[in-house]
Amino acid sequence: MLRDVTLGQYFPGDSIVHRLDPRTKLVLTILYIVALFLAVDYFSYALMIVVLAACIIVSKIKLRVILRGVKPLIIIIIITGLLNLFYTKGEPILEFWIFKITLEGIKRAVFMILRIVMLIMGTFLLTYTTSPVALTDGLESLLSPLKKLRFPVHELAMMMSIALRFIPTLVEETDKIMSAQKARGANFETGNLFQRAKALLPLLIPLFISAFRRADELAVAMESRCYNGGEGRTKMKALHMRARDWVALVLGAALLAVMIVMNVYKI
Amino acid sequence: MAPIISTENLRHLYSEGTPFEHVAIDGINFSAEKGEIIGIIGHTGSGKSTFIQHLNGLLKPTSGRVLFNGEDIFASKAVTREVRFKVGLVFQYPEYQLFEETVYKDIAFGPKNMKLDEEQVDIRVRGAAEFVGVDEELLEKSPFDLSGGQKRRVAIAGVMAMQPDVLILDEPTAGLDPSGRDSIITNIMRYHDATGCTIILVTHSMEEIARSVDRLVVFNKGRIMMDGVPSEVFEHDEELRRVGLSVPEVSLVAKRLRELGLPLDCSVYTVEQAKKALLAMRGGAAGAP
Ligand SMILES: Nc1ncnc2c1ncn2[C@@H]1O[C@H](COP(=O)(O)OP(=O)(O)OP(=O)(O)O)[C@@H](O)[C@H]1O
Ligand SMILES: [Mg+2]
Repeated sequence: MLRDVTLGQYFPGDSIVHRLDPRTKLVLTILYIVALFLAVDYFSYALMIVVLAACIIVSKIKLRVILRGVKPLIIIIIITGLLNLFYTKGEPILEFWIFKITLEGIKRAVFMILRIVMLIMGTFLLTYTTSPVALTDGLESLLSPLKKLRFPVHELAMMMSIALRFIPTLVEETDKIMSAQKARGANFETGNLFQRAKALLPLLIPLFISAFRRADELAVAMESRCYNGGEGRTKMKALHMRARDWVALVLGAALLAVMIVMNVYKI
Repeated sequence: MAPIISTENLRHLYSEGTPFEHVAIDGINFSAEKGEIIGIIGHTGSGKSTFIQHLNGLLKPTSGRVLFNGEDIFASKAVTREVRFKVGLVFQYPEYQLFEETVYKDIAFGPKNMKLDEEQVDIRVRGAAEFVGVDEELLEKSPFDLSGGQKRRVAIAGVMAMQPDVLILDEPTAGLDPSGRDSIITNIMRYHDATGCTIILVTHSMEEIARSVDRLVVFNKGRIMMDGVPSEVFEHDEELRRVGLSVPEVSLVAKRLRELGLPLDCSVYTVEQAKKALLAMRGGAAGAP
């Protein structure tokens, strides 16, 4: 139930996309997003679709699984589409009541929806093919120049990995407590807003208590193993850029260059 | 007599349609009579907890049916909700579900959800607290100030207070010391004798329940491997060992003695039974010329 909605779940695999360095994937995702926002017309969108499709095929993640990430946002996507459809100026091709539909409107709505959907699919591809630990390691390494400015990069990364590590645990725990209270007749599904908020108490109180208990235990466990921050700390799985990472980055840069040119010439 | 609760070909898949899809239980046909005490044993991960959560409709089977008094419990939302009160389920480590300010209020949570009046609730709370051996003066304390064992008792009382027809307990004694274990089992048996309800006890340990149950159901890899009275089940000690379960020591001793030629019954699996049987044998031998 609940565990099916966890955002950005990692799907273990052994494709070349899975094996890329997390830093490469992070940078490529940023390049991809910038490129996506540079797309203006049929050809540039077509190119982006081809690139995304190629990445998905290579990653061996089922299209159905990636599209699942789009589902929760479907309402926002539809509203965006409709707004663009009705509020774009141009030659009306269809008119009824107060609505006017123009050719430009259709085009913009389609492009807008494509853009959002492809944005979501691209970022989900990143989280589906990269374990949370690798992702935070990559982020820590990418941000490490900021250490010079006394920005607490390591602490931030540690907090992020602890948070990511405990999301599934908390979800599981929520599931369990919810079942236990339902077994005593708790009702989480019906009633008005006030009743529902009150019904959440039997769930939230035990959940908070156990979260604090866990935090306490974890802190003690970390301290008894002499954890004292990032200074001089080494990694079990050190990150290594390989030939395939550089090739991927060059391809990504090339894509961005092509998109810039296409953007300038509006194709 | 028609069974009070039964399942037909129950099957449950976790994370259906993802790479993590996993068959937790498959083809479970089970039934329990009114007033029976049933023990469910099985290795870790054999599907015991998954199975019992179907009995009060917390989990919906992927396929198969659950019948309570002959009626499908998923027939409608109202029926499922009704069954929640008739089939009480105490989860593994139930002390983590406590949330109220006082022990009294926590035990009263279930009965209040049943929309009983204050007076009824009071009777039930005090009754349930007494069954599990929680003293009057603890009732006004915060549940978070209790010891682990006391919390466990309070949590069990919280389900007993709903006076269900079927009481299911998932490893009620996990993580307790031997005397705590014994007293919880004794309390549950006393509750059974007083109310005549059906009891289903899930556990890892044969020793613990062998003495108290009428029937043992052995789970292995999501299926029912054996189902019978304890003495029957303990006959198959080799098979049980193969799936990671042990049989009570006494039944092993009895078996060995039998092999050595003593006419011991196979229904001997507790110390008391063994003592009685051996003494009877000696008495018999002494009486012979
Ligand atoms: N919520 C869940 N999501 C996915 N898989 C689950 C979930 N709960 C249990 N499982 C899996 O289903 C199988 C059966 O689990 P279950 O909890 O029913 O076993 P159990 O017999 O109660 O074990 P234990 O004696 O350790 O409590 C296990 O392999 C477990 O990993
Ligand atoms: Mg279990």
